[in-house]
Amino acid sequence: MSLLAARGVHHGYRRFSLVGAGRVTPVLESVDLDIAPGETLALLGRSGCGKSTLSRLLVGLETPTSGEVRFEDRPLQNLAKTQWQALRRSVQMVFQDPLGAVNPRARVAEIIGEPLEHLCELKGTARRDRVVELLEAVGLDAGDADKYPQQMSGGQLQRVCIARALAPRPKLIILDEAVSNLDLHLQIRMLSLFEQLQREHEVAYLFITHDLRLVERFCSRVVVMEAGRIVENTPVTRPLRLTTHEGRALQDAVLPALPSQMRIAH
Amino acid sequence: MSALRIDVMRVETHRHGRTLTLVDGVSLSLAPGEVLALVGASGSGKSLTCAASLGVLPPGTVQTDGRVSLGGEALRFPELRGRLVASILQNPRSAFNPVRSMRDHARETFKALGVPRSAWEKRIAQAMQEAGLEDAQRVLGLHPFEMSGGMLQRMMIALALASEAPFLFADEPTTDLDLIVQREILELLERLKHERGLGILLVTHDMGVVARLADRVAVMEAGRIVETGPVQTIFHRPAHATTRELVAAHLALYGLTSADSPHPTTLEVTQ
Repeated sequence: MSLLAARGVHHGYRRFSLVGAGRVTPVLESVDLDIAPGETLALLGRSGCGKSTLSRLLVGLETPTSGEVRFEDRPLQNLAKTQWQALRRSVQMVFQDPLGAVNPRARVAEIIGEPLEHLCELKGTARRDRVVELLEAVGLDAGDADKYPQQMSGGQLQRVCIARALAPRPKLIILDEAVSNLDLHLQIRMLSLFEQLQREHEVAYLFITHDLRLVERFCSRVVVMEAGRIVENTPVTRPLRLTTHEGRALQDAVLPALPSQMRIAH
Repeated sequence: MSALRIDVMRVETHRHGRTLTLVDGVSLSLAPGEVLALVGASGSGKSLTCAASLGVLPPGTVQTDGRVSLGGEALRFPELRGRLVASILQNPRSAFNPVRSMRDHARETFKALGVPRSAWEKRIAQAMQEAGLEDAQRVLGLHPFEMSGGMLQRMMIALALASEAPFLFADEPTTDLDLIVQREILELLERLKHERGLGILLVTHDMGVVARLADRVAVMEAGRIVETGPVQTIFHRPAHATTRELVAAHLALYGLTSADSPHPTTLEVTQ
């Protein structure tokens, strides 16, 4: 059984201006996608191909124009209130821009504690202890709990967002370019943390990225999107071999690990 | 054209009554036709070094020492900015005025440079073509929201080229762009280096970009340069601990270890 699935999903946005509504611009066209428990799926594509829109539909932030999204085999529109709560707890998301994803007036302890209060009903010292545990898991200090977002660097704040996503012990974490703005050694540290959680708690990941290096290192299956459609859906081999035109184009654009040896030094 | 030199650049700030040194005596030289990468962790002072060299430090920071010179002749910032050194930044969208068209931006640039009206239409069209923007007339009429990130970055490069400055400071020029656009922009910069002899100071945290484009690398840590060397040496025989960590972390991302990267054979040619 899949944890989360899209079935024949179409989605579009309409532009509005002073003279009325414009035509609908299609963003997603007949998208089918399954995410199994405990798997690591990469969603790959260039800017504007619909990756982020698909992830917003998957967590129910938006409703598709047609088609349906299913959580544990139930369509989202038929979920009862408690099932919505289960979805909110089970599927967490981390976005690219951490500053835009936190309340600037809340301290770190409140930011991470919020899902613990509403989704896990954890209170008092138990909540405080869990916050500290989460901060340490992402390589921050217990002392950071009293800081405000503007007192932290972008990389530290992104790790706060990751800690918040881990807080309710989700079954699936959607990472929308969530590690690409971290320093290299932090990226690697976060990936190791994700792998550890996966081994211990069977957490699934949807890794939205355009960095193929991360896909090869971290993911078991890769889905390539182009202009709102899924054009390739294949297991990750090492080395990765993508076969569609778009997949090849993305793969050819990967930066070299080492400088070319033919380069002339000045 | 001789090399651009930055000497003992020092930038300080005051916080809670104490003086903090953010850039601590950085010296660099950038030759024409060369790509020098300035790398290091966030907060190591890479961008501040560039900003101090152009006299555009953010409020609250002060340059307390250092000078910029070309062929032994000291330069003042107004002679430098836009005339000798053009710059392009990360996130091109924030570098354009959202309510002004590309034509307005070009006009402003040329006005600042004192280029006569009659000359600039032709000059910008040529620069845009060189930066890979076809159909200059149509693009000049566009506003930033009508353009993709890649197009905006090309426009920024076109404005830099139109200034005919021999040096370019590129601060994380591809960080927010997708892989394919990133590749195109890096290819463009490499072409300009060869064809125009553009000297490029490339600030980045991505060692993949360094491997792709740089000739020499300077590694920064806590406001100081800890190691400078040819790109092959930095990748294959890093001397300083910071450089070794940086390269090891980078290679780990590709599933390689330093042991997997044998020393290059004698293909490295010194001019």
